[in-house]
Amino acid sequence: MKRTLLNASVGAALLAGTMFSAIASAADTIKVGVLHSLSGTMAISETTLKDTMLMLIEEQNKKGGLLGKKLEPVVVDPASNWPLFAEKARELIEKNKVDAVFGCWTSVSRKSVLPVFEELNSLLFYPVQYEGEESSKNVFYTGAAPNQQAIPAVDYLMNEIGVKRWVLAGTDYVYPRTTNKILEAYLKAKGVAEKDIMINYTPFGHSDWQSIVSDIKKFGSAGKKTAVVSTINGDANVPFYKELGNQGISAQDIPVVAFSVGEEELSGIDTKPLVGHLAAWNYFMSVDAQENDAFIEAWQKFIKSEDRVTNDPMEAHYIGFNMWVEAVKKAGTTDPAAVQEAIVGVAVPNLTGGLSAMMPNHHVTKPVLIGEIQDDGQFDVVWKTSGLVAGDAWSDYLEGSKDIISDWRAPLSCGNYNVKTANCSGQNF
Amino acid sequence: MLIRSLIILLLLMTTSAQAAKVETGNDAYNPIFEALYTGSFTEKEQALKDLMQTDIEDKKKFLNGIVNKTLMVHKKSKKVVWVEKQGSKFKMTDAFSGEDLGLDKKRKVKKFAINNKMRSQVSALISTMDLDSDDAEKRLAAINSMLANPAPEYAGFLKQRLDKESNNKVKQAMQLGIALADLGHEDTEVRLAAIDNVADSLAPAVRSALANMAENDTDKQVREAAQKVVLEQEEQVRFFGYIETLFFGLSLGSVLVLAAIGLAITFGVMGVINMAHGELIMLGAYTTYLMQQAMPDSVGLALVLSIPAAFIVSGVVGIGIERSVIRFLYGRPLETLLATFGISLILQQMVRTVISPQNVPVSNPEWMSGFIQINSVLSITYNRMYIILFCLAVFALLFFILKKTRLGLEVRAVSQNRAMARAMGIRSSRVDAMTFGLGSGIAGVAGVALSQLTNVGPNLGQAYIVDSFMVVVFGGVGNLWGTLIGGMSLGVVNKFMEPWTGAVLAKILVLVFIILFIQKRPRGLFPQKGRAAEG
Repeated sequence: MKRTLLNASVGAALLAGTMFSAIASAADTIKVGVLHSLSGTMAISETTLKDTMLMLIEEQNKKGGLLGKKLEPVVVDPASNWPLFAEKARELIEKNKVDAVFGCWTSVSRKSVLPVFEELNSLLFYPVQYEGEESSKNVFYTGAAPNQQAIPAVDYLMNEIGVKRWVLAGTDYVYPRTTNKILEAYLKAKGVAEKDIMINYTPFGHSDWQSIVSDIKKFGSAGKKTAVVSTINGDANVPFYKELGNQGISAQDIPVVAFSVGEEELSGIDTKPLVGHLAAWNYFMSVDAQENDAFIEAWQKFIKSEDRVTNDPMEAHYIGFNMWVEAVKKAGTTDPAAVQEAIVGVAVPNLTGGLSAMMPNHHVTKPVLIGEIQDDGQFDVVWKTSGLVAGDAWSDYLEGSKDIISDWRAPLSCGNYNVKTANCSGQNF
Repeated sequence: MLIRSLIILLLLMTTSAQAAKVETGNDAYNPIFEALYTGSFTEKEQALKDLMQTDIEDKKKFLNGIVNKTLMVHKKSKKVVWVEKQGSKFKMTDAFSGEDLGLDKKRKVKKFAINNKMRSQVSALISTMDLDSDDAEKRLAAINSMLANPAPEYAGFLKQRLDKESNNKVKQAMQLGIALADLGHEDTEVRLAAIDNVADSLAPAVRSALANMAENDTDKQVREAAQKVVLEQEEQVRFFGYIETLFFGLSLGSVLVLAAIGLAITFGVMGVINMAHGELIMLGAYTTYLMQQAMPDSVGLALVLSIPAAFIVSGVVGIGIERSVIRFLYGRPLETLLATFGISLILQQMVRTVISPQNVPVSNPEWMSGFIQINSVLSITYNRMYIILFCLAVFALLFFILKKTRLGLEVRAVSQNRAMARAMGIRSSRVDAMTFGLGSGIAGVAGVALSQLTNVGPNLGQAYIVDSFMVVVFGGVGNLWGTLIGGMSLGVVNKFMEPWTGAVLAKILVLVFIILFIQKRPRGLFPQKGRAAEG
């Protein structure tokens, strides 16, 4: 025991040494910060994104780096602890002098680091779908805004499946609450009556779904086609789908469309009871495109396993990283202010066979895909938007947000501009 | 920007046009499978209908193959193939010539993508074939799938078949179908008679048809008749709703009891505040996972064998904890709490390192999934029913051990008066270890049950530790009956509150209720009486 402790501390000292020497050679490399939790509850999802970043950086270096310099990843572990995200972000920018940071998973972690990035004027690329209602000069939202995921999914159910009654089920925290508020307003604007919408919230990690599923069953037996729009988060999904299966509700009777269930989440569970249920994302591993095949091959080689899957936030990092690379080339420097200006309008290939562009509101354009879960844990694409959808920072369906636009180009340079009062109110946290 | 996306769109269209070609070796089949392969979903639905018109012999096999993804297209040779998984590759056989095409990687073959609508279409197609099946169950399923979307023209069709049908159940379903179709009949008398005929059925199709008639029928008499039946049915539905909620409550309660019953022994009888109790449950759940991995072909047997296995694993770990840590800390509750909390973290991290930080899949055996349909509005899921029975069985067994065996006698003696018990020749330290092992083993058994209901992961235990303490404290420390009745009543109260407060608030209200209750009766529902209560 003592010996291993000793070895470990020697190892740590060596590691610290190499880190110091790395800092010493800072002038010859461009540093990229990776801010993903490698321990704690979020480690399940975020570790994969850290590996994705390491792979992208390695590949870029093989292509000769950037501006004649090598890229160097700086990985820190915020340990699923929201205040620690802010501390680690500050450490990356002030101590390690990184030029851009790729990271965060939950909205809480993003809100926690946002003031740091604005204060130190650095760049953050955020790769996960979120509830919108935010646009910062220093953040680039490469995940989906509600109009790039939730709204098209509802359109699909309404127009293609003919759904008339809606269950909005979510975990009780900010993303589901805001998304459901937007969806409720949207459905009402489309003429859905109050009594045809059922909203339900459950605590984190909820495992006893009997009465909720039974309520959904009753709600769905009123003779009108019913669907569940699920913003249920994480672990709670498995018992939910199991209970649906046990109570005999198949995807043909009451389809469930989820916004937080992807390939990575499905790889840990028995998918038989889930077949036919839906998910809306901007990317699926099963998409047939050359870029995707190449990406999957590179990923499985990098991670040394043929069983590892790819998912939507990974594609978001792929897009975000390539956009940053292109913007740096365009600006000829890694200076955050110059890159911020250069990146708007930059278009790079996404993994579904098209191009994604950075919009002036710091969101990107992406196609929206609806997939059905298969028994092998993959999704079959059953529907796709006809073109690309531009991310909308401020929802058009919410009171108080529909008059607000975001445009970071001069002369407006504002993330929160009210077109009615012609007033820029700055960032609200 | 617009031009660029147009160009991409054009590029996409041309590439997909090149890709579309399927070789079946028969010109009549080619366009059908091509449509199924690359067509839009409307084209695919048409193609399925076309497929039914072809002279392919075993259509059912092909339809099932498309749904179950055993029929695919080899991207390179464009051949339609049957695939069979072999390791990380697929073994392919030509679907039409039966020729063996060897192995290829997963991404080199592509499925016929289908959606839910097509899945329903296929099951409808298969069930029409099943109407003539020799198996009564299949005929019943076929009729029921027709009833899901009733149409007036079904009446004639079903009437024709009614005389030929021999099975009673199928006959009843057909009669209901006829009555349901008659609800849409032009003749008022026929409609009125049909309302009488369906009045006893609570099937959703019937209820929505009646509700519709009660509002929209052209004839006043019919409207009134429908309204009357609707009101009666609502009464019944509400009654069955209460029964259902009661069942849900009992099943939630039995989960609580299972999780708490091991703690009722270690905390209740021995007075050890064991924060690692949740992790002992987790170990039981992981034992189930490992057993299923060891025998992947017999999921059910693995589950049954997991019960003793989990008891032994958690029991041995429990005895280990007692011998190595807890026995030095008797009478020092604060230190015990901290030490066992530390153990719980160690056990969690051990599972993360040894097995995986991610949740592991534990599958349900056939006989645990599905439900018993009591009537159209009340059904009871098998897994919940088994959990309730299992909980009662565990409780009975534990009760028997404590009341009727020598170990039980010794346990009670030591917990009531340690010094006196020792004076009577009981080796109290051995009894302590055995008691703690028993409580821990029962926690492991609870883990087997929980693995069937929830996620099996390193955090499983933490989700149940608070609930377990809650139940034991509420029921009365040191009383097994208290744990049973306390757990069951908390479950039922929770479920009855859930519909009108929501799941989040229900849980909070239950906690508040317990806090108030403990203020009033600090020793719980069933306080220990007599001298034992002093300790």
